[in-house]
Amino acid sequence: MLRFIVRRLLWMIVLLLVISFLTFIIFYLLPAADPATLRAGRQPTPELIATLKQTLGLDKPWYVQYWKYLERLIFHFDFGFSYESNVSVRSQIFDRLPATATLAVGGAIVWLIIGVPVGIISAIKRGKAPDRVAMGGALLAISAPVYWLGLVSLYLFSKGIGKIGLFKGQGTYPNTGNVFTDPWGVISSLILPCIVLAASFAAVYARFTRGSLLETMGEDYIRTARAKGLAEHRVVFKHGLRAAITPVVTILGLDLGALLGGAILTETVFNIPGIGRLAFEAIQKSDLPTIQGTVLLAAFFIILLNLVVDVIYGFLDPRVRY
Amino acid sequence: MALLEVDNLTVHFKTDDGIVKAVDGVSYSVDSGQALGIVGESGSGKSVSSMTVMGLTRFSGNAQISGSIRFDGMDLLRASNEDMRALRGSDISMIFQDPLSSLHPFYRIGDQLTEAVLAHRDIPKARAADRAAEMLDLVGIPDARSRLKSYPHEFSGGMRQRVMIAMGLINDPKLLIADEPTTALDVTVQAQILDLLKRLQEELNTAIVLITHDLGVVAEVTNDIGVMYAGRIVEYADTETIFAAPEHPYTWGLLKSIPRLDSVRGDALIPIPGRPPSLINKPSGCSFHPRCPYVRERHRTIDPTLEPVATGNNHAVACLLPTETRRSLWAQLQEGSTPDEALAAVGPAASGGAS
Repeated sequence: MLRFIVRRLLWMIVLLLVISFLTFIIFYLLPAADPATLRAGRQPTPELIATLKQTLGLDKPWYVQYWKYLERLIFHFDFGFSYESNVSVRSQIFDRLPATATLAVGGAIVWLIIGVPVGIISAIKRGKAPDRVAMGGALLAISAPVYWLGLVSLYLFSKGIGKIGLFKGQGTYPNTGNVFTDPWGVISSLILPCIVLAASFAAVYARFTRGSLLETMGEDYIRTARAKGLAEHRVVFKHGLRAAITPVVTILGLDLGALLGGAILTETVFNIPGIGRLAFEAIQKSDLPTIQGTVLLAAFFIILLNLVVDVIYGFLDPRVRY
Repeated sequence: MALLEVDNLTVHFKTDDGIVKAVDGVSYSVDSGQALGIVGESGSGKSVSSMTVMGLTRFSGNAQISGSIRFDGMDLLRASNEDMRALRGSDISMIFQDPLSSLHPFYRIGDQLTEAVLAHRDIPKARAADRAAEMLDLVGIPDARSRLKSYPHEFSGGMRQRVMIAMGLINDPKLLIADEPTTALDVTVQAQILDLLKRLQEELNTAIVLITHDLGVVAEVTNDIGVMYAGRIVEYADTETIFAAPEHPYTWGLLKSIPRLDSVRGDALIPIPGRPPSLINKPSGCSFHPRCPYVRERHRTIDPTLEPVATGNNHAVACLLPTETRRSLWAQLQEGSTPDEALAAVGPAASGGAS
């Protein structure tokens, strides 16, 4: 098990190097706006642009730039400075990570609490009214885009502009503090975003749980459990759900990994200062160090959560051994 | 009175393609301590009929069941779900074909066995675990106490089937239904499992219904055999009679398609031609007529019923051929003739009596 984890962590480093290289290459191959020109203001002189190029290191060939970047990253854990604001990318990321992490974890809690039970009920009542209502609702939730759902939810439920002011609206995320220093401020501002973010996920999880449980209930060992004379609730919850929930854990890990890299749409609609918006703004401004930082962060979470899922699988399924 | 009496049982499944007549008027009975074999190809309704005895077809939601099943004086088709649950795994238990997929992959053997005990008895978990170890020992699993902690995938196929048998017998059932218990196993392991079933039946006096497609499997274990075809029993007799003086062409086919050590060298195995019939659109007349080498014109329209054979003791057959013709045909087959040769030899007299 330990050897497996170490091997996978080494692979993670290789993958992150490859990803950083690819991001670099793509940035230089695609015709992006010149960062120095963007930085120079409305009426830049050629001299100013040249000076800026020199300060930002853009006058050197790309491979020298990449090498310097790697050097700083590996030996100093330094992601460089934003072309746009000269702020350290590392501090920007650490400033914004708590908001994204709270949003992602909060969303996951909401969609698990809704999606999994709805899926179970649907599977048990397959083809009957509760199943049809739940699956119809799921189809609606999957089809509703986050930016639409976000705006509608603000229009209906946000304090101030909403018809029924239940929750805090957009731009209410506290300027200072995070979920640990200011739990109420953060959580109250994220209730509505979490629900909006969770809506389509809850629908996907409901459908997934339903399908997985239905498949499991057709297995031979379920017939055995019934043949033993177990009560039906025990057959479903102990024997059926135990096996059906395992694949749900897998997609939960992958979804959470992807969301930790930034929930761009939700963060934008609700004006939450998270990683997703940081990345989005950096792309608009050709801010390579920030793009690199956010891409590496997203990749890191996806790879890490993949590893976590595999390790958890070893505990969930006795047949899996590393 | 018999322990289990199945009378005119029909089980039909409503599907989008039509009504599947899986079991179509089946009657049999089993006495305490006796073993009945139910033999037939896949799709003959043998598993469905026993799943219905267990009340397991109730879960399919689309089964229409009629007839009657009486077990130990209780009417199983009219019993409540809770009564059936209480019966399953205690008085009637069942073991299945594939012991790997039939055991839950995520739980330890010990937990799965004790769970079976605790579903029916209000005893401490430790006592249930003792019982589980005792049963594993009885079915011949060495070092039973420590194997309780193993997972199913850590056992071989034969050992898993022993675990299933232990689970089936753990509450001292009066009846054990074994549905193709040896099909998924190696031949050597098959023999061990059959020996085990036979020994346990004698020791524990459990009645057994042994379901199989392989007549060779039932020969050693059962007292009586019912041969099923297309949802019906087409021949019923004690085991000896089925092997020595079978009367139904389908039984002949089954017998001639199993290899025997005492057969003449060079004797080819004769497969039954064709496929099992669709259970949605069954053949008219005798369901076996499309595959029967001895079919006559009127067999396509007349549906035979299971009738006692005059000379046989408790021997019944559903075949429209005259008794003498059947006996002559079987005698020819015994001498090594192919069905065509047998028909040619017996033919003239037979076809004279046709229609």
